[in-house]
Amino acid sequence: MLVLSALISGLGLGSMYGLLALGFYITYSVSSTVNFAQGSSMMLGAVFAYMLSVRAGFPLWAAAALALALCALYGVIVELIAVRPFARRGSNAWLMATVALGIIADNTVLFTFGKEPRGFPMPASLTGAEGAAIKLFGVGVSPLQLAIPAAGLVAAAALHLFSRRTRLGTALLAVVQNRDAARLMGINVTAAIAAAYAASTVFAGVAGILIAPLFNVHSDMGTLFGLKAFAVAILGGITSAWGVMLAGLLFGVVEALITALAGSAYTQILTFTLVIVALAAMPNGLFGRAAVKKV
Amino acid sequence: MFAIDSAARRRRSVLKLAAAVALGAAALPAAAQETIKIGLVTALSGQSARAGEAITRGLTVAIDELNAKGGVLNGRKFELVRRDDEATPAKGVIAARELIYKEKVAVLFGGLDSPVSIAIVPIVTEAKVPFMGPWAAGTPITHNGTNPNFVFRVSAVDEIVDRAILQYAQKTFNTKKPGLILVNNPWGESNEKGLRAALAAKGVAAAGIEKFEPNDVDVVPQLARLKEAGTDTLFLVGNVGPSAVVVKSLDRMGWKVPIVSHWGPAGGRFTELAGPSAKDVHFVQTYSFFGPQSPNGEKVLKMLMTKYPDYKGPGDITPAVGVANAYDAMHLVAAAIEKAGSTNGDAIRQGFYKIDAYDGLIKKYTKPFTPQNHDAINENDYVWTQFIDNQIVPVGMKK
Repeated sequence: MLVLSALISGLGLGSMYGLLALGFYITYSVSSTVNFAQGSSMMLGAVFAYMLSVRAGFPLWAAAALALALCALYGVIVELIAVRPFARRGSNAWLMATVALGIIADNTVLFTFGKEPRGFPMPASLTGAEGAAIKLFGVGVSPLQLAIPAAGLVAAAALHLFSRRTRLGTALLAVVQNRDAARLMGINVTAAIAAAYAASTVFAGVAGILIAPLFNVHSDMGTLFGLKAFAVAILGGITSAWGVMLAGLLFGVVEALITALAGSAYTQILTFTLVIVALAAMPNGLFGRAAVKKV
Repeated sequence: MFAIDSAARRRRSVLKLAAAVALGAAALPAAAQETIKIGLVTALSGQSARAGEAITRGLTVAIDELNAKGGVLNGRKFELVRRDDEATPAKGVIAARELIYKEKVAVLFGGLDSPVSIAIVPIVTEAKVPFMGPWAAGTPITHNGTNPNFVFRVSAVDEIVDRAILQYAQKTFNTKKPGLILVNNPWGESNEKGLRAALAAKGVAAAGIEKFEPNDVDVVPQLARLKEAGTDTLFLVGNVGPSAVVVKSLDRMGWKVPIVSHWGPAGGRFTELAGPSAKDVHFVQTYSFFGPQSPNGEKVLKMLMTKYPDYKGPGDITPAVGVANAYDAMHLVAAAIEKAGSTNGDAIRQGFYKIDAYDGLIKKYTKPFTPQNHDAINENDYVWTQFIDNQIVPVGMKK
């Protein structure tokens, strides 16, 4: 029962990490760059959804959809001003520029959204309050908690199918394999990279919207998540959608199990020790393949 | 020609100005005019912004009242200077230095974060500027091992609150096996020590002691451990955000258990953050504006509602502890300065010991401070409260 409830918590949190890490995966595959401030993108998803549903009074589904559209726009902006100018010159300064943009986003939210954390209103039937928790093998679970891993897996599957079965997806893969050849074949590489950033931020936004009702909404809610997600992306080998998602779930479950079995005092120490050990043993991540440089 | 003329004119006007300044300085007794600056270092942004604002308002109303009566030391008025510590010790230390050395405050007030206040203690000790804590409850803030001790407090103290938590739980819920869920920071640690001592003194064994990070989203694993160990009552210590996460995690587990808490939930919109189960948390306060008020209570309530139009009734004055503690603390500071006869830091420190009585908001203080005791409030002054809708009310007063 102890293990089971930890497992459920871990899967929920793990899919959050996975969703954020998928964002790293998408842009890294297409452009070998990432938005280091994925945590801020996640926060924006939650804040936009909160603003639209609570302050502007949109129905929940419309608020979520609109919030994700805004996230996509933010992703395009990140790529346009914090990545493209630097990547074009072959500089690695996008690393710092994306972090800087994330800090700007966090602080803009602090001033416009407000300083206090706010609660995301949700029907009690979804959050499990007032006895609405579902009993699963004798363990109480909120319906929303089950929705999170489902969303994570659907996202990974969608990404997989998209890249293998659609024209745009194959175009993206072509960009991954050889940027110049892709350009010669008439593929708009610039647009492909922008699209990857939009998708990456949407994934983070989905995570933000899903976590908001279980947590609360505030300007620095994404910081720790972004960090853990990056660890997950590296752990998963950053080159496979399934690998990254699995690494996320694994990280979440291990974290929760350590807390449940060894006590919370050891959670961070043990989890991150395991990350280092895993990377030392498997330098390409748990599910990654070594890059082959063709000469 | 023109240039010379203008230069001469400029020189003349400078002379005139200098003369005016010299005359002005001679004509007015400087001491009577100079305001006494009161510094405040607290969170004015972030999760605890509301609490910082409450302290500000309590101080402001007290200062307005004191100034209207002519101030202290033959007509010197008070002036409040605030700085945001963003709830981090590093920022708080910088702000404290600035207020002491640049603004030259006579007394420095602290905010609600114990780690920040603990970091400021060495600075005020070195500068010999009295420090007054209207909120942060960490035991080591006043029990800091310095001599002479420049740190005073009008607020709850962790080790006393911890005894009160156990006492209240035993009386109200017949608690036999409490489980401790504490935020993983110096404040949580201070209470772990206090609760362990309180439990040991009463011969009660804890079912377990668990920590959680201030930014954790899910505390189910920790709570599941406590449940497995047979916890019959949860003792909770955490700021408003983390406390809400504990309540939400309990909801998800479907575990209904009595929760007795330190006053973390009072720091923000607890009902909004924690959802409908927020009302199940019983937490400690030093004051409530609900229910029948003393004449002083009536007076302060009226002053607050006149000064701040967003206060429409007792329910809007949240967190009440910030307002009430700061109000009484400011009056005690004024009394200490009056006893000291100057704004010299060490004289004010000794002035605190000379205060015989002050009829305040929280209680009638008699000899509130002695060299051995720098805490003016104790367990007899605590009130147990809960959130009903968005208001902090004494337990059982409203449904």
